[in-house]
Amino acid sequence: MSDTIIQVRNVYYTYMRGTPLARQALAGVNVSIERGELVAIIGRTGSGKSTLIQHFNGLLKPDSGTVAVGGRDIWRKGVVLRDIRRKVGLVFQYPEHQLFEETVAADIAFAPRNLGMSETEVDEAVREAMRVVDLDYDALCDRSPFELSGGQKRRVAIAGVLAMRPEVLVLDEPTAGMDPRGREEVLAEIRQLHETHGYTIVLVSHSMEDVARFAERLIVMDGGAVVMEGSPREVFRNRDDLVRMGLGVPQVTGLMAELAARGLPYAEDVITVEEAMHTLLPALLRVSGRGEGEVGA
Amino acid sequence: MNLSSVAIGQYMPGESLVHRLDPRTKIMLSLVVVVALFIVKSAWAYAALGALIIGTVMASRVPLKMVLRGLRPLLFVMVLTFGLHLFMDPGEPIFRIGKIVATDKGLAQGLITVARLSLLIMATSTVTLTTSPIAFTDGLESLLKPLSFVGVPAHELAMMMTIALRFIPTLLEETDKIMKAQMARGADFETGNIAKRARAMIPILVPLFVSAFRRADELAMAMEARCYRGGQGRTRLRQLRLGTLDMAALALVIAYAVTVVAVL
Amino acid sequence: MKPVIRVENVSYTYDGGGPGEVDALLDVSLEVAGGELVAVIGHNGSGKSTLAKHMNAIFVPTRGDVYVLGMNTRDESRLWDIRQTVGMVFQNPDNQIVATTVEEDVAFGPENLGVPPTEIRRRVDEALSIVDMTGHEKSAPHMLSGGQKQRVAIAGVIAMRPRCIVLDEPTAMLDPVGRSEVLATVRRLATDEGIAVVHITHFMNEAVLADRVVVMEGGRIALEGTPREVFSQPATLRRLDLDVPQVTELAYELRAAGAPLPRCPLTVAELVDDIAALVGKGARQS
Repeated sequence: MSDTIIQVRNVYYTYMRGTPLARQALAGVNVSIERGELVAIIGRTGSGKSTLIQHFNGLLKPDSGTVAVGGRDIWRKGVVLRDIRRKVGLVFQYPEHQLFEETVAADIAFAPRNLGMSETEVDEAVREAMRVVDLDYDALCDRSPFELSGGQKRRVAIAGVLAMRPEVLVLDEPTAGMDPRGREEVLAEIRQLHETHGYTIVLVSHSMEDVARFAERLIVMDGGAVVMEGSPREVFRNRDDLVRMGLGVPQVTGLMAELAARGLPYAEDVITVEEAMHTLLPALLRVSGRGEGEVGA
Repeated sequence: MNLSSVAIGQYMPGESLVHRLDPRTKIMLSLVVVVALFIVKSAWAYAALGALIIGTVMASRVPLKMVLRGLRPLLFVMVLTFGLHLFMDPGEPIFRIGKIVATDKGLAQGLITVARLSLLIMATSTVTLTTSPIAFTDGLESLLKPLSFVGVPAHELAMMMTIALRFIPTLLEETDKIMKAQMARGADFETGNIAKRARAMIPILVPLFVSAFRRADELAMAMEARCYRGGQGRTRLRQLRLGTLDMAALALVIAYAVTVVAVL
Repeated sequence: MKPVIRVENVSYTYDGGGPGEVDALLDVSLEVAGGELVAVIGHNGSGKSTLAKHMNAIFVPTRGDVYVLGMNTRDESRLWDIRQTVGMVFQNPDNQIVATTVEEDVAFGPENLGVPPTEIRRRVDEALSIVDMTGHEKSAPHMLSGGQKQRVAIAGVIAMRPRCIVLDEPTAMLDPVGRSEVLATVRRLATDEGIAVVHITHFMNEAVLADRVVVMEGGRIALEGTPREVFSQPATLRRLDLDVPQVTELAYELRAAGAPLPRCPLTVAELVDDIAALVGKGARQS
């Protein structure tokens, strides 16, 4: 049984509509996000991903089509957009660029205060949000957010959205511009939010390797439309299409496809290094009777 | 609201004679027309200068509508000055509304002031509509250069204009993004009294300033890395050259303006 | 070949200023020759950006010396010669494009050098063709994609005819398409133009194209060698939390588990060849 939390139906959106610079960004998009899942949206720059997620919480209003959150059309009269924005927490790309308060705690408290929580509730929400993203409240709450390291700033910014206790967390390229260490930390954080704290998560990503490891479902966008949808395993079967869209597949998936093209069809559907290992190792050991001595050379 | 829809500058690209004039010619001639507009008094003279401006607009093939659009922001001021002249100037009464009286001299003076203001704006917008911001900056720099002896920082002004033109779209886009990010955190920019709305701008302005300073820092480093050290010894890719077209335009328009001032 | 850049036992201690922005260097030595592409890899705080900024005298060493074509970067009278010899491309493409059109921006460097206008025109056209941006001369920078902007920034540096180009994380803010555009351009600068290229990056998989890889950690050079030499030390790389390409990791795991793969592959094609050769051989034997 499914519990749809965000439902986008036949949405069209054009930037600068009615001017010579008009650019259609979404052309009849249908997407639904189910409660409790971890979905990744992939697509090259300009494919409409960022425009789509700004429809999820009513930052953009569709030219036509509907967006429903929790079963209610968010553009119907009487719907308070602020409630929608609380339910659907949206973390922008480079979210640390939105920090503005004098202290970390005050910055994270911005959203809860806007939502009219009492001071005790605000304080509680801030502490909880910091705990969830592994920031030490006592050590950091009174520091200026501008003094922190890049990775810490980003986590403060994510905490600033989590403090609203959203039902869905939407992150636009949360690892953009980070070094590999920082990327792993943020990805681990997101996995934890999903697994331990039960968040529904929508992730926009450019890394096929990352989404293969993390996402339960992929939504592929190209030219303002959803062109593929399914588990990473299903989606990555369409290597040629994905390459044509400027996306590609994880290296190991490509490896298996190349091997198959050379007449060595080991296994389809390999998307991680571990799977490739399990597939290839027995085959390679089998043929290597004589080659044993070369190991480690 | 979508900030990225704000048009930057109002340049209408084209290949007309007016477009092809050297920017310095256009800036100088618009100055000549502006000065003439301030000297002349008679309605005929305004008509003659108006004909010159409208003729230029026609020749540039920029829709007259675009030139008139430049008047819109000043519409209120014009209506106000017209009204003040009409009802406040002494003269023979033409009609009255309640206690206030409209006079014939007031009407004439009001019309002249409105004509002067409109033509002034039309003359200058004709320049900005037919001159790309870069050419305009180049022209301004070149015209101001002789004044650098008396301390006018011609090159620096032009460089500032160039950088401003370059970064306005970037900063507008950034403002839009920061605004959306704060709205996603429940910020409200649309309701409340002025004090509340002003306070609501802080979460936009602080990040915007932080980012502008960071950009300025990085840009300065990048410019130095590309050997920028002020205007001294700099050459330019594009050279401004006054051709026969410019000479002809200068001679004709100046002669026309002088005649209008002297005769009408 | 005589090196274009020679970094000799450079240490740099940093005092004051913003936190974590600049990192110390500890006794770093490095030479880069014309036509060579050197990738410098490391995390934030490893000192890689500090090293980059020493190469055109934005920073001057606390101890040790940096020579650019024999000119010491401490010699302030040679500052502009040094900056002309070593061009820099920075991370954020938006913050290094000065002018309002592509060609004007590419012309900015030559204009500063006082190059005559006809020669500037020639250099602008040539530079744009090297980065494959011919046809965009009149475009406004903010209408370009990230990869295009970064290539314009590279063209702006090429137009100054430098002997060396240092790129400080030029791909960090780009999407995969932009990234591969820029990487291909960077490779061409060394191979076709004979320029000494230093490419600073977070990403291990970008080092595959380099002639030499320098891995930095804690202000020191932790590893140095050809990509294959460096990638063959996954234990060290893992300790440094670097992201090895999937095929390299896979081949390492396979070899560790006893599969007789002959080498450490850098690309999918290499591993495909190795496996096909191995299995083909095995098939013939049985």
